[in-house]
Amino acid sequence: MKPRLHLTRWTVPAALCVVLCGALHGGPSRAAESDAARIRELEQSFRCLVCQNETLADSSADLAADLRGKIAEQVANGATDAQVRDYMVRRYGDFVLYNPPFKPLTWLLWLGPFLLLCAGALVLARVVARRRAMRPPQLSADERRRADALLNRTSEDCGP
Amino acid sequence: MKRFLLPLAVFAVLSAFLAAALSHDPRRLPSALIGQPAPAFDLPQLQPDGPRLSNADLKGQVWLLNVWASWCVSCRDEHALLVEFARRGVAPLYGLNYKDEPDAAREWISRSGNPYVASIVDGNGQVGIDYGVYGVPETFVIDKHGVVRYRHAGPLTAAALDTRIVPLVRRLQSEQVR
Repeated sequence: MKPRLHLTRWTVPAALCVVLCGALHGGPSRAAESDAARIRELEQSFRCLVCQNETLADSSADLAADLRGKIAEQVANGATDAQVRDYMVRRYGDFVLYNPPFKPLTWLLWLGPFLLLCAGALVLARVVARRRAMRPPQLSADERRRADALLNRTSEDCGP
Repeated sequence: MKRFLLPLAVFAVLSAFLAAALSHDPRRLPSALIGQPAPAFDLPQLQPDGPRLSNADLKGQVWLLNVWASWCVSCRDEHALLVEFARRGVAPLYGLNYKDEPDAAREWISRSGNPYVASIVDGNGQVGIDYGVYGVPETFVIDKHGVVRYRHAGPLTAAALDTRIVPLVRRLQSEQVR
């Protein structure tokens, strides 16, 4: 009887301890996980200056490793995405962004495809309109008579 | 005849754009720092007995910052030019020894000639990152107010020195300090 009583006395505190520790542990690790996801996302939004066609996340260049370290360091210090982006742009210019900002210098870059599309649609509309306006050439009375004669003869030839 | 005019014009414009793009070197990136104050640094010198050097110490004069390392092969291409530039005494040239072994750096400089008034040691590359360095060597021209006025990425050439950097340095030197 006694040992069982002993057991029940310690079961509740022990269980509580486990639950509490789990809760305490779960908090920071989830935050760390979301931080890691943010860091990965940020790394993928920057261009590696050395390889130029790779993101910081993909590049194995020395500088890319350093810059990944900088991003992680800033995220750990509580920097927002905008602050990290600003840090990079201040040093390396817009070129470092895989998603270039929309500003006068990049208007042609962003709007160019739509302009081309509009120009294409305009040309297409004009061609279609011109084709539609075209009437098949009318036969003169003489030509029609000759055509009828030819058609009649053909149908007679083929008739039973 | 007239119906060929428009496609011909489009083709000509396209060709002009593509030809211009061909002569554009994608490795030469514009520096985001032009017209901006030179990023601050306070670093130990490569020569062990020298005091620490900060960008504030260099204000009031036009100076050049050359990013170099003993492991950097293309730095060797420009080294003779740097030595010659230093000999002419156009403007003081400072070195940023980027992510290098100090012993190897000192050995390289003592063997091949030291063009620098002083070199500062950027062991972890933080100052390099602050200057937007993406490849060694790079050279910056900084004016009397401590503002970055020019950046040359990659090894210097005699042409770049003579046609751009030296004339710019002379012009900046004649500017009055406000």
